[in-house]
Amino acid sequence: MAVLLLADHDGKIVSQPTRSAVAASARLGEVHVLMVGEGAAAAAPAAAALPGVSKVLLAEDASLAHRLAEPLAALLVHLAPSYDHLIAPASAAGKNVMPRVAALLDVQPISDVSGVVDADTFVRPIYAGNALATVKSSDAKKVMTIRAASFDPVAATGGSAAIEAIGAAVDPGQSTFVGAEVSKSERPELTAAKIVVSGGRAMGSSENFHLIEKVADMLGAAVGASRAAVDAGYAPNDHQVGQTGKIVAPDLYIAIGISGAIQHLAGMKDSKIIVAINKDEEAPIFQVADYGLVADLFKVLPELEAELGKPV
Amino acid sequence: MKLLVPVKRVVDYNVKVRVKADNTGVETANVKMSMNPFDEIAVEEAVRLKEKGVATEIIVVSAGPAAAAEQIRTALAMGADRGILVEHDGILEPIAVAKILKAIIAKESPDLVIMGKQAIDDDMNATGQMLAALLGWPQGTFASKVEIADGHATVTREVDGGLETVRITLPAVVTADLRLNEPRYASLPNIMKARKKTIDNVKPADLGVDVTPRLTVLRVEEPGKRQAGAKVASVQELVAKLRNEAKVI
Repeated sequence: MAVLLLADHDGKIVSQPTRSAVAASARLGEVHVLMVGEGAAAAAPAAAALPGVSKVLLAEDASLAHRLAEPLAALLVHLAPSYDHLIAPASAAGKNVMPRVAALLDVQPISDVSGVVDADTFVRPIYAGNALATVKSSDAKKVMTIRAASFDPVAATGGSAAIEAIGAAVDPGQSTFVGAEVSKSERPELTAAKIVVSGGRAMGSSENFHLIEKVADMLGAAVGASRAAVDAGYAPNDHQVGQTGKIVAPDLYIAIGISGAIQHLAGMKDSKIIVAINKDEEAPIFQVADYGLVADLFKVLPELEAELGKPV
Repeated sequence: MKLLVPVKRVVDYNVKVRVKADNTGVETANVKMSMNPFDEIAVEEAVRLKEKGVATEIIVVSAGPAAAAEQIRTALAMGADRGILVEHDGILEPIAVAKILKAIIAKESPDLVIMGKQAIDDDMNATGQMLAALLGWPQGTFASKVEIADGHATVTREVDGGLETVRITLPAVVTADLRLNEPRYASLPNIMKARKKTIDNVKPADLGVDVTPRLTVLRVEEPGKRQAGAKVASVQELVAKLRNEAKVI
């Protein structure tokens, strides 16, 4: 039977973590993508163009506009009889709704899947990624979220799936959307960026954090932060990289003034190249870094800016 | 208003866990155990709601081994009123815990459940959403702010790219994210007082809940280790290496 994949989109394109989830789903069967929420119709052609997708289900009902967990879970449960696997990327939206779907289907969900062994068997990180568990599900259906960093995304174009409009399920009417404050940024999204520059508590203030942003912009990079920097108020929470924040695996991760607590390493240790800049040469971050520079970040950052600004 | 706060006993977040030599799990013998940090935040939020006069009673529930009474006791010392220990040795998956909590809620009828968004051992991030589904209640997950008024909870949620606010009817389940609050340390007098508070003891079978795991753990292993690389002496050297050796910029 086919796989139903709940997509994240911005009204124009399908998110990169969704394309990674398509790659994971394609190993389990034919992939049908469910598009819901504001702008779903506009983004549906982008979903239909993903290689490996054979059908796009488009639900435009007003009750689904903000993808609230209650009406969305009801829709997924309504669609579930035709599918063996119900999947979403392990994004805030996916993590919010999929366990709700699982409980309604009397299934134990499998969160944050980082490997597909077979149709019932999956690998997932536990203890902040300090261990990997291979688990086999005995449930008739599998409800899972996919760790995007563990699967190379499928290309954005190349496919040509049919788009089928569907209705909503009954909205339980228990929740209403009040508003959103989404940070507007020209920088690439943290989980999709090829380069990430992150700052830690050693940045000392939110003003100093702008030094990180300057370097990031020169590299076309996303800006990240350690939990300590977020807790101290130097950076917003959606910048957080780690067990309790975003999981990233860019080509290049530059950790500046980050000591390398277990919970931070859990979010970035699958990056291809890691650079650590820290004045404490005993900092654990150096144990995972490909290139380490023991130096004061306030001296390094202006130098880095100057060096990157030089013509190659 | 009555609040119910589930808490989990987990390996302390400062402990570097080790995978067992036989690859059946991680070593939990002789390891420091604590309340799941997100659950501490949930307890704190409940206590603040009681201090504000919004809540009248806080019941703390833990499903786990007999020793989980320690974590209930910690919550009682922070300001919860009484505890329920659902004693079970062995694996309790989120689906089992959600069913256990549903059975307890049928007896206790709380108006609001506040719990951690995720336990730092299995990292499932599921029990709150599952409990809400089983009860047919709305959910406010990953909360960084909770306001209660007129039979509703207004919950500000941490989402990708920022914040989102939803208004949900009560009763409801709210799961706590990191920035909701900073949990207090229990004072010595409150720790002494907590010793006199009651903890009821039940078993999953008393609640009619089948806790048989749905997932079989075939193998637990350590992730591939990264090798530490080289130190560079200067920014110039670093940039040159990134350009010419790693070719990533």
